[in-house]
Amino acid sequence: MTDRLLELRSVSRTFHLGTRQVRAVNAVTADVRRGECLAVVGESGSGKSTLANLILGVLPPDPGGEIRLEGEILPHRRQRRHRQAIQLVQQNPLSSLNPKRSIGASIRLALDVHGIGDRQDRPARVGALLEEVGLPADFATRPPAALSGGQRQRVAIARALACESGLVVLDEPTSALDVRVQSRVLALLAQLRAQRGLTYVFITHDLSVVRNIADRILVIEAGRVVEVGDTVNLFESPRHPCTRRLISAVPVIGAEEVAFRERVRGLAEGLQEAAGGTG
Amino acid sequence: MKRALAIIRSSVLSMIGVALVLLVVLSAIFAGVVAPFPDHRGAVVDFTNFNQPPHWPNIMGTDLVGRDLFSRILYAYRTSLVLAVVVLVLAMPTGVIVGLVAGYFDGFRRHALMRLTDVFLSIPPLVLAMSIMGVLEPTLLNGMMAVTVMWWPWYARLVYNITLAEREEGYVLAAEVIGASSLHVMFREILPNCIPAVLTKMALDIGFVILIASSLSFLGLGVQPPTPDLGSMVAEGANYLPDSWWLTVFPGLAILVAVFGFNLLGDALRDILGSDQ
Amino acid sequence: MTPDVTDGAVTGMAGTGDRNGARETGKSIDTLAIRDLRLRFRGYTETTTVLHGISMRVAPEQRVALVGESGSGKTVIARAILGLLQLLPGAIVNGDIDFEGQDLTGLTTRAWRRLRGVRMSMIFQDPTSSLNPVFTIGEQFHEVHRRADPAIRRSVSGDRAAAILEEVSITEPDRVLESYPFQLSGGMNQRVMIAMAMANEPALLIADEPGTALDVTVQDQTLRLMRRLVDSHRTSVLFISHNLGVVREFADRVYVIYQGRIVEEGPSAAIFRDPRHAYTQALMAAAPRITGGGIPDVSEDEPAFLAPREVHPPEPTPTGDG
Ligand SMILES: Nc1ncnc2c1ncn2[C@@H]1O[C@H](COP(=O)(O)OP(=O)(O)OP(=O)(O)O)[C@@H](O)[C@H]1O
Ligand SMILES: Nc1ncnc2c1ncn2[C@@H]1O[C@H](COP(=O)(O)OP(=O)(O)OP(=O)(O)O)[C@@H](O)[C@H]1O
Ligand SMILES: [Mg+2]
Ligand SMILES: [Mg+2]
Repeated sequence: MTDRLLELRSVSRTFHLGTRQVRAVNAVTADVRRGECLAVVGESGSGKSTLANLILGVLPPDPGGEIRLEGEILPHRRQRRHRQAIQLVQQNPLSSLNPKRSIGASIRLALDVHGIGDRQDRPARVGALLEEVGLPADFATRPPAALSGGQRQRVAIARALACESGLVVLDEPTSALDVRVQSRVLALLAQLRAQRGLTYVFITHDLSVVRNIADRILVIEAGRVVEVGDTVNLFESPRHPCTRRLISAVPVIGAEEVAFRERVRGLAEGLQEAAGGTG
Repeated sequence: MKRALAIIRSSVLSMIGVALVLLVVLSAIFAGVVAPFPDHRGAVVDFTNFNQPPHWPNIMGTDLVGRDLFSRILYAYRTSLVLAVVVLVLAMPTGVIVGLVAGYFDGFRRHALMRLTDVFLSIPPLVLAMSIMGVLEPTLLNGMMAVTVMWWPWYARLVYNITLAEREEGYVLAAEVIGASSLHVMFREILPNCIPAVLTKMALDIGFVILIASSLSFLGLGVQPPTPDLGSMVAEGANYLPDSWWLTVFPGLAILVAVFGFNLLGDALRDILGSDQ
Repeated sequence: MTPDVTDGAVTGMAGTGDRNGARETGKSIDTLAIRDLRLRFRGYTETTTVLHGISMRVAPEQRVALVGESGSGKTVIARAILGLLQLLPGAIVNGDIDFEGQDLTGLTTRAWRRLRGVRMSMIFQDPTSSLNPVFTIGEQFHEVHRRADPAIRRSVSGDRAAAILEEVSITEPDRVLESYPFQLSGGMNQRVMIAMAMANEPALLIADEPGTALDVTVQDQTLRLMRRLVDSHRTSVLFISHNLGVVREFADRVYVIYQGRIVEEGPSAAIFRDPRHAYTQALMAAAPRITGGGIPDVSEDEPAFLAPREVHPPEPTPTGDG
């Protein structure tokens, strides 16, 4: 058995807008290793969410490419077991939970669909999942409106865990949260990964988050992979202009951070000018 | 200041709406108890006391064959309400299902269903009902069918529009990623988010259905005598205006009260349920 | 103060006089001075207090940041300054808001409307939802210009709009003016928003989390452009954010807000060098660092977060531009 959990082989996706075509994901080839946290970074519109939707099978890819999970080619019409294998945490926890259903019902859906546990045990399982993400079990009866942003995101994580998937795609899971809440949620994600041996595809444009959570980084620009590497290496010597640009745009607060960023800015200098920004 | 006034006014209006609707519904339910002459709902003739202006005990006067108008109006409310409820109970689910399916799936299903809906919507409702009634026997049952056929597309449109918007919400994606069936997504996830709008529309519509049904019977295409119906009462009385004014004015007022009341109630519901979201 | 300046002639001081140095000395009249602003919301059963006596100042040409976590009351302060909060039926607002030396508390709704978009303007978080999708950018600029000068001709407005769009590095202003918002990218819309907010040369620009809907590179660009624009037009800015890094890059002076109270205030450099209040320290400790070090441990809220406000003395030397 390889250590490759997910393999993307020249996966593309084209959108047709009237007569215009947008190739949102362009011949992406990449591996996700079992147990790692792979960050996918890129500017807005670079195709990150589209890539996530292709992995999740909610969008059909253009013909030609293939997506393999544990060596098996994933069909576009995913079977139930394929759905169970890959889960999603979205950016906006306000929209990702149905306002008209209790959060318990939202979590329980995964148990019901995949027949996890006995029927009678499921309410208890929902409670246990809530506790695993640091919420009281009796939150299950509450509507999402009665929760704060951070709590909602914990519920979304609990729902993803409910499927007992090995692979979780996180599309900007903390971008809508503020710093203190963000760090708590990130810590929870790191802890769950260690405890459950999860594999993450972590989509974001926030490089300071990536630095602290990812093992490897995939940089995409206009739908193409432009750089892949270990987190430490990629931060120490970013090669592609897009990577440098992303790093040098991060707002920072500490003195050593400023120094680090200035160094990367130095590398990116020529390009900054071309982009029309000012120094 | 202005806002405060607006709020008070709107809540006073809602109170009036609730009161009028209660009046109509209670009259319909307790017609048998309240009506001074319950048997006048049928084919009774009393030529000793016909076409009389309001007097005791016929507080709204009597009609051309001597029946108590007040009693007949109470029973007519029963007819109207039964009609409205039956129509909505048939039209609403049809429209909701069509709207959900057309909104959730794209491609052929959406286009077929929405074109069908648009065809129905493009025909003026009264014309559609009249043509149906022209083909069928003008009975109460057929009247209901005709009104139903013209009513469901409104619900289809409403639910279709909501579904299009809700489909983009993250919770729909989440359910799909979990592997929930389309039925689950449509009926358990999206539908609950349509309900406030649908309820509001139903409350508003009861008034309109009563109005349309009355228009049909005014034209002689709806409920047939001797079943009491507000529209046919107005139609009958219209020939004797202005001398026998009570024959039209009281049934007309009754229609107004019902339509107005349900409209106010609908508006109030919209405020309450709308701000809830 | 007498609210007698309620009509049109809102003490205009656009571009007159030398306001250099005002940023540090604060000798001239403050653009904005809030004293003991309190806000309660009347609910069905009880009233909740949202602001517990906020005091803050924005000097002419100063860039002031208000930073705090979600729900701390940043947006309601902005809405109170714009007079929008006072329109809500359930809101009970107390305290003084002085704008360019004029007390706003007694202002009529109409007079306030005349200030908004003219002497004070606002940029919101999401650019696309604040631009009207059914009008071209040019038409929307005309609308904005008409607030200040109801008789302005379309062509004059167009020229002025093109000039300010160039200032935010939009290379083809004429094409942009003919476009609808959805035909432009998020970053372009963001710049259009900024240009539009600056169109009437306001004395105060309130920016509520600008650019958080966009990615870091666009946000970075946006901030630079905004900074350049307010510098050249000598506009004061009240900048609202929960992102400390963004605040550090943009602001001269920082107010940290926690649960409706200002807990720390002072020059930006001082606060970042030496955060004194427990809450400010916790906030800074919670930010993940681009230099690594792992995900920070975040403690629960502590009683110390409600400790009295820390005030840093003004810095003797002007803070340098980055
Ligand atoms: N359903 C769609 N129809 C047409 N074009 C689309 C669609 N979804 C995405 N696109 C286009 O594909 C490109 C990539 O979009 P995508 O949402 O994947 O970007 P992203 O990297 O996730 O950006 P962000 O950081 O803003 O979320 C964009 O140019 C977008 O306009
Ligand atoms: N119209 C309102 N009615 C009742 N409470 C309100 C209203 N508007 C705001 N609040 C409350 O006031 C508090 C402050 O809200 P505000 O929107 O100012 O927060 P914020 O600091 O801008 O947060 P965020 O970073 O999430 O935008 C919150 O607790 C909120 O629930
Ligand atoms: Mg995205
Ligand atoms: Mg806010």
